[in-house]
Amino acid sequence: MNIFSRKGDDNPFEVPTDDDSPAALDVRGLTITYGDGFKAVKDLTMTFPKRSVTAIIGPSGCGKSTALRAFNRMNELISGTRTEGEVLFHGVDAYAPEVDPVHVRRWIGMVFQKPNPFPKSIHENVAWGARINGYEGDMDALVESSLRQVALWDEVKDKLKQSAYALSGGQQQRLCIARTIAVRPEIILMDEPTSALDPISTSKIEDLLDELKKKYTIIIVTHNMQQAGRISDSTAFLLTGDLVEYAPTKDLFFNPRDERTESYISGRFG
Amino acid sequence: MKRDTFTPNLAARNAKGARWRLAFLAATAFSVLFLASLIASIVNQSFGYVVMTAEVDPATLQNDGVPLEKQDEATLAGTIRGNVSRRLFVKLDAERSLASRSREELLEIIVAEIVQPTVRRTWTLAQSLFDADAIRGQVAEEYPDGNLSFRSWVNAGLFANPQSSVATAAGIRGAIIGSLATLLLTLLVAFPLGVGAAIYLQEYAKDNAINRIIETNIYNLAGVPSIIYGMLGLAIFVRALEPLTSGAIFRAAAAEGANGRTILSASLTLALLILPIVIINAQEALRAIPDSLRQSSLAVGATKWQTIRHHVLPAAADRILTGTVLAVSRALGETAPLVVVGASTFLTQDPAGPFSKFTTLPIQIYQWTARPQAEFRNLAAAAILVLLVLGLSLNAAAIIARNRFRREKRLGR
Repeated sequence: MNIFSRKGDDNPFEVPTDDDSPAALDVRGLTITYGDGFKAVKDLTMTFPKRSVTAIIGPSGCGKSTALRAFNRMNELISGTRTEGEVLFHGVDAYAPEVDPVHVRRWIGMVFQKPNPFPKSIHENVAWGARINGYEGDMDALVESSLRQVALWDEVKDKLKQSAYALSGGQQQRLCIARTIAVRPEIILMDEPTSALDPISTSKIEDLLDELKKKYTIIIVTHNMQQAGRISDSTAFLLTGDLVEYAPTKDLFFNPRDERTESYISGRFG
Repeated sequence: MKRDTFTPNLAARNAKGARWRLAFLAATAFSVLFLASLIASIVNQSFGYVVMTAEVDPATLQNDGVPLEKQDEATLAGTIRGNVSRRLFVKLDAERSLASRSREELLEIIVAEIVQPTVRRTWTLAQSLFDADAIRGQVAEEYPDGNLSFRSWVNAGLFANPQSSVATAAGIRGAIIGSLATLLLTLLVAFPLGVGAAIYLQEYAKDNAINRIIETNIYNLAGVPSIIYGMLGLAIFVRALEPLTSGAIFRAAAAEGANGRTILSASLTLALLILPIVIINAQEALRAIPDSLRQSSLAVGATKWQTIRHHVLPAAADRILTGTVLAVSRALGETAPLVVVGASTFLTQDPAGPFSKFTTLPIQIYQWTARPQAEFRNLAAAAILVLLVLGLSLNAAAIIARNRFRREKRLGR
């Protein structure tokens, strides 16, 4: 059954388990062209394993964010963007004409570079996405469990009715992660989620990823190589839209096969 | 060798800055001066000495030593019978029997038909304050039987009375009701249409040639002279859609036969006039909402409409509101298109509904200033004061509402 095209489904919160494939996301020949003809991503083919953290690294402008945003069809919000290739999720191409991008984003969530909570209360920030997706269970319990998973519950449990803007940047970003997992996605895309945060907030979020990957597949874009080394199981290195190397993180950092990878991780450019 | 190759020239740079600062200060000062002189001239006209003469001295209308103000209804009716011509008395009684009229109405008749006060001359506030003795001397000489009094042209009668050809009895009640009714209908039409179009253009429309042309033309429409809209309104609403705007198809046409020159026509014309402004303001408001908010909503699996409804619109509400009120303030002051659409210049009856003939404050002011009698200019000044206060309170209400929205948003920025 097509996971994306289920309409009026009985339990939209059911995560498909009828799939033994080790791949959470299977990208084939993804090419993204901007309105001015610039190819940001060229023929990207890679497979993201389930319940692991995959980091995408590369210098500014290498297309890593563009690629990430193509995985849940956020790219098409930029007018003029053309996407070719396939992004297979449970065997279904997210770009197939019958697929509604709303469904794609419901299963493949996203956390952005700058914390962007809704201008609403902390409670509502977590609850809103679940509610509009038809969650009918105990909302308070869902909010609590989501906030606990991002280690934010103890900090905010007494001020759930307060505005999310009252939180610090790091707390806001963890709230954004809680908001994402409250919808129970399968994959969480993270676009440089710590680049706007201080080191302490950064390390808190990095610690979270270890916990989150037990339940979710995480794909994280970062320009911080040390971060990629610390948190990821495998790492992909992109350069000017090309996938240069994709390997288990240890191998990529200690035994890079491509000399461009080696130059980059040794700090010669980027 | 010269050690200092930099020439800081700081004194000259600072002097240049000081000159610019002075120029900006002067610009501000001129603006304030112009505004102040506008207000001063209006206030100057709205208050001041008035000399009036009466055909019959009210003091002579005593009845057995009881002055006019203390007489009961029956005595007042008797006073009227005794002092007006037989024909007029029959006419008045035929309109509505004198016995059934209230004291105030009877007194009104006595003033209008027997006492017949006439304004002989008016003075401005400045003259009244600084030249009072000269005025008194002049009055004693030129109008020996005249009654000199200080008159505030802004008074209870101004708000309570309908239009009249006697300046002291004329008021702006019909005009205020007309203005408010017109504004309300204008808002009801222009707000949903304008905000709807803005949402479509900003949130849904693709960035292609056709939509860019539409957008540019809307921007241009905002600059079209308002009288053009008046002609459009005359052609469409008054003439072509007469059955609708006169209320004929609803069997609700006003008895006086407005022929489409109704409050509804005026409102639709003004709505057309402010529509581009509402659209532009609302679109700017939506454009100011950062894309990150839309993306965060879409990223949790919200549809486009859910995103707009729950995040974009609440965040833009304060700016949309402010922009709409600015547009409505413009409609409040519009005169030219309403003249073309057919505003009534002399309307003694209050408008009864959307299909009634109409007049508005600016129309009334325009009509008064065009009259030859000097006292109507004082009346016009008083009406201008009311119009200014009305406009100000409209803006103040918008600011209060906007601040409330802002507080609800509680944006940390």
